[in-house]
Amino acid sequence: MLPLPNIISKGQFPNPETPGYVGFANLPNQVHRKSVKKGFEFTLMVVGESGLGKSTLINSLFLTDLYPERVIPGAAEKIERTVQIEASTVEIEERGVKLRLTVVDTPGYGDAINSQDCFSTIISYIDDQFERYLHDESGLNRRHIVDNRVHCCFYFISPLGHGLKPLDVQFMKAIHNKVNVVPVIAKADTLTLRESERLKRRILDEIDEHGIKIYHLPDAESDEDEDFKEQTRILKASIPFAVVGSNQQIEAKGKKVRGRLYPWGVVEVENLEHNDFLKLRIMLITHMQDLQEVTQDLHYENFRSDRLKRGGRLSSHGYILPLSPAYVLVCQLSSLHLPPPQRTNLCLDTHRVTKQHRNATVGHNGRHICYSSETEPKHPELRRWKLSY
Amino acid sequence: QLFPAVKSHHDRRSFEVEDVDTSSHLSPGSRRTTNSPHRNAMSPTSIYNRDLGTATPGTATTTNDNNLNFNQPRSIMGGGGSKTPEPVSRRSELSIDISSSSSRQVDNVTSPASARFAATSTLKRPEVLGHSKTPEMSHKREVTFAKTATDSPVIRRNEGNYNNNGTSRTPEQNHARKFEPPRSEVSLSHSNMSESTKPHHPNPQGKGEKTHGSDFSYVGIDAILEQMRRKAMKQGFELNVMVVGQSGLGKSTLMNTLFKSKVSRKSVQPNPEERIPKTIEIKSISHDIEEKGVRMKLTVIDTPGFGDQINNENCWQPIMKFINDQYEAYLQEEIHINRKKRIPDSRVHCCIYFIPPTGHCLRPLDVEFMRRLSKVVNIVPVIAKADTLTLEERDDFKQTIREELRANGIDVYPQKEFDEDADDRMINDKIREMIPFAVVGSDQEYQVNGKRILGRKTKWGTIEVENIAHCEFAYLRDLLIRTHMQNIKDITGSIHYETYRVRRLNESNGHFSPHPSDHPAAQPKANGQHEEQPGGAAQPNGVAAQHEARSHEM
Repeated sequence: MLPLPNIISKGQFPNPETPGYVGFANLPNQVHRKSVKKGFEFTLMVVGESGLGKSTLINSLFLTDLYPERVIPGAAEKIERTVQIEASTVEIEERGVKLRLTVVDTPGYGDAINSQDCFSTIISYIDDQFERYLHDESGLNRRHIVDNRVHCCFYFISPLGHGLKPLDVQFMKAIHNKVNVVPVIAKADTLTLRESERLKRRILDEIDEHGIKIYHLPDAESDEDEDFKEQTRILKASIPFAVVGSNQQIEAKGKKVRGRLYPWGVVEVENLEHNDFLKLRIMLITHMQDLQEVTQDLHYENFRSDRLKRGGRLSSHGYILPLSPAYVLVCQLSSLHLPPPQRTNLCLDTHRVTKQHRNATVGHNGRHICYSSETEPKHPELRRWKLSY
Repeated sequence: QLFPAVKSHHDRRSFEVEDVDTSSHLSPGSRRTTNSPHRNAMSPTSIYNRDLGTATPGTATTTNDNNLNFNQPRSIMGGGGSKTPEPVSRRSELSIDISSSSSRQVDNVTSPASARFAATSTLKRPEVLGHSKTPEMSHKREVTFAKTATDSPVIRRNEGNYNNNGTSRTPEQNHARKFEPPRSEVSLSHSNMSESTKPHHPNPQGKGEKTHGSDFSYVGIDAILEQMRRKAMKQGFELNVMVVGQSGLGKSTLMNTLFKSKVSRKSVQPNPEERIPKTIEIKSISHDIEEKGVRMKLTVIDTPGFGDQINNENCWQPIMKFINDQYEAYLQEEIHINRKKRIPDSRVHCCIYFIPPTGHCLRPLDVEFMRRLSKVVNIVPVIAKADTLTLEERDDFKQTIREELRANGIDVYPQKEFDEDADDRMINDKIREMIPFAVVGSDQEYQVNGKRILGRKTKWGTIEVENIAHCEFAYLRDLLIRTHMQNIKDITGSIHYETYRVRRLNESNGHFSPHPSDHPAAQPKANGQHEEQPGGAAQPNGVAAQHEARSHEM
């Protein structure tokens, strides 16, 4: 998004005196101004075994110290511990744009000898955030809905193995329908270039093999400039990103860089030849909006439709939503002939889920509910009812 | 080539060859001379020892020319022209060298510090000789020490060859070498010394001279060392190493790097597939490797699948069972009535445990595994893929690991309780300060500064595997192969195996009484109890059945 003054200075708007100029082309600017004032919220979850450099990477990404008083427990304590959820929120402001960033950490994941149940806590947390949002959304006062839903999950893969571990596969399959999963290869300075490429290919193969749906970057639209298209191409080719994190300033080749100092050389964090850290950061920043959108339109909606279908019954973690029965009935009726794969219609493969291509939109703010021909409800009464909603 | 880093110098190589031939001469001499400081009546002997001659720190440039060696001492000594003083002078040089080097060997048994012995030798020599060669001798002494320090690889190897009694170890030599300046410096000084060290070896002629020499009180008991050595060379050695760790930690690569040949499981697999197996498998691969006439049967036992599952509870059980099975097999062979001349030793001598380089602390799985297995096998923990850690992170990590090992009562090799004497303790303390070794393995060669080295090439630099400024692979290799290999085998045989044996024999209530002399009372009991075999004694293998059949005949 370009800052406001640039738009005007670029002279994108025709002379107001031009005949035929109404002026609603100015709308995006108004939206932009309002959003900037409101600020943005983003929740990022980091999951991975301990010792993979998650905290360091987050600190490097956002150039802040999210974990000032961190105490790493010893092995004896780790035996007793279960997976915990720790959410830290930080407000970052850059050029007048405010970002309220919440990082959800999951210490204890994968530590125990028996990691069978280590992600049930995590799944409950994600569901809880959806539940809370659903509750707020269905409430009476919807002025200040706080969006704590997890927009993106960085899953850290160890660079030491030959691919995905059984735990990785199981976890990603359990959450790929609830949150955008971005796999990241941690501590990539362990790998030579060849090993890194081999590992990436291996991981992508295994992801395909197990049917894991990771977050796919939307293709650049045709009206974007070439640079952006090229950038998108490069980003897509580098998934999963092999990153190195560091917040230490090292002196290398006469200038100060952030990196890691070894006896045999310096790994520069922000050097594209050394690792994909910059790519990860660019991806996160340029697609923050898209991540939020997909969370809202896909994962949240899936959750919501599931939840409402179950209605008055207890949800998986014992949460009963206090919705009015009438509302629940309406929602149930509306979803009667909706084939459960709303998800499959919103295909995640390579096409961007944009408002134009989207096959089904379920809106609740009084927007039109429109379906594609595939999901056109068969029941004529229902159809009529919907259109007039 | 097993020791390329050490054998870089041409002269060195020839020097070693020489050593192989003449070690026989070396050992008797060494035996003899070590006695000299301790016995006053040894003066004729010491003179005789010196007759072995030619161990001069001269400017020897030729290779295997013993004659030349012979000549040099004379020139260097600048001794008198008469016959008698000449032999004496030669002998004096050699005795100093041999004694100081051999004293190291024997000192390990008698436990005076080598430095102390050096002092004694300086004291004793002039007394014994009784002539004014002191300044020259002291000069030689200095040279000798330096030489001996660099000499250690050779001696070590010899030691390794006949270490059945574990007496002639030279870990302190090696450690003296190791813990001084870095390896490269040592090899340099070594190459400088190699010329001088070359004549160190007593030549065959010297030996010949000696045997027909004029020493009256030489019996020749120390020739037994040479006999043992020859026998050991013929027999060859066995080493069984087990590697344990999660998949992807570089276990196979490290094994290949350690023994500089493709000994790992992955290298012998026709289609190396890197699939994580569903359960833990134990795969054992044996290779016969040879270096300088020394043959070794190396068995690498791999454990794919360890720690890779979601639920890793009891993943150590198959491994413990395997180790105990090997002890059991050995026990069965041992308690046979008609035993084999040489029982094949498949017991696991050493278990290398790979710790992932998280940089934080040990994982619960690591602690559990090491706690259980340190009681049955020698565990050597290493930090795998250590090029992930910067030097500070590495030190912090090691510190944390050592504390956690201490806190959990885990005794890794070298165990404190098995230190034999003060020298041992000193050396092993130094090692204990350094474990776990942070290693990097590689079987690819790169060119760095004109040398071909094993390493990993990245965009930001090349990691050299054998450079101790980069990683501690060299220390691990020295520990495992060059200095403590025999000690590892000894501890396995005399402590871990014995523990197992005692437990098993107690379990079977004396059923397996090996010798009538040992348990005369038990023997009739064994016969009587033969029918009612205890459950533990009934082994599902033919060996045991044979044994039972035979005891029945008793």
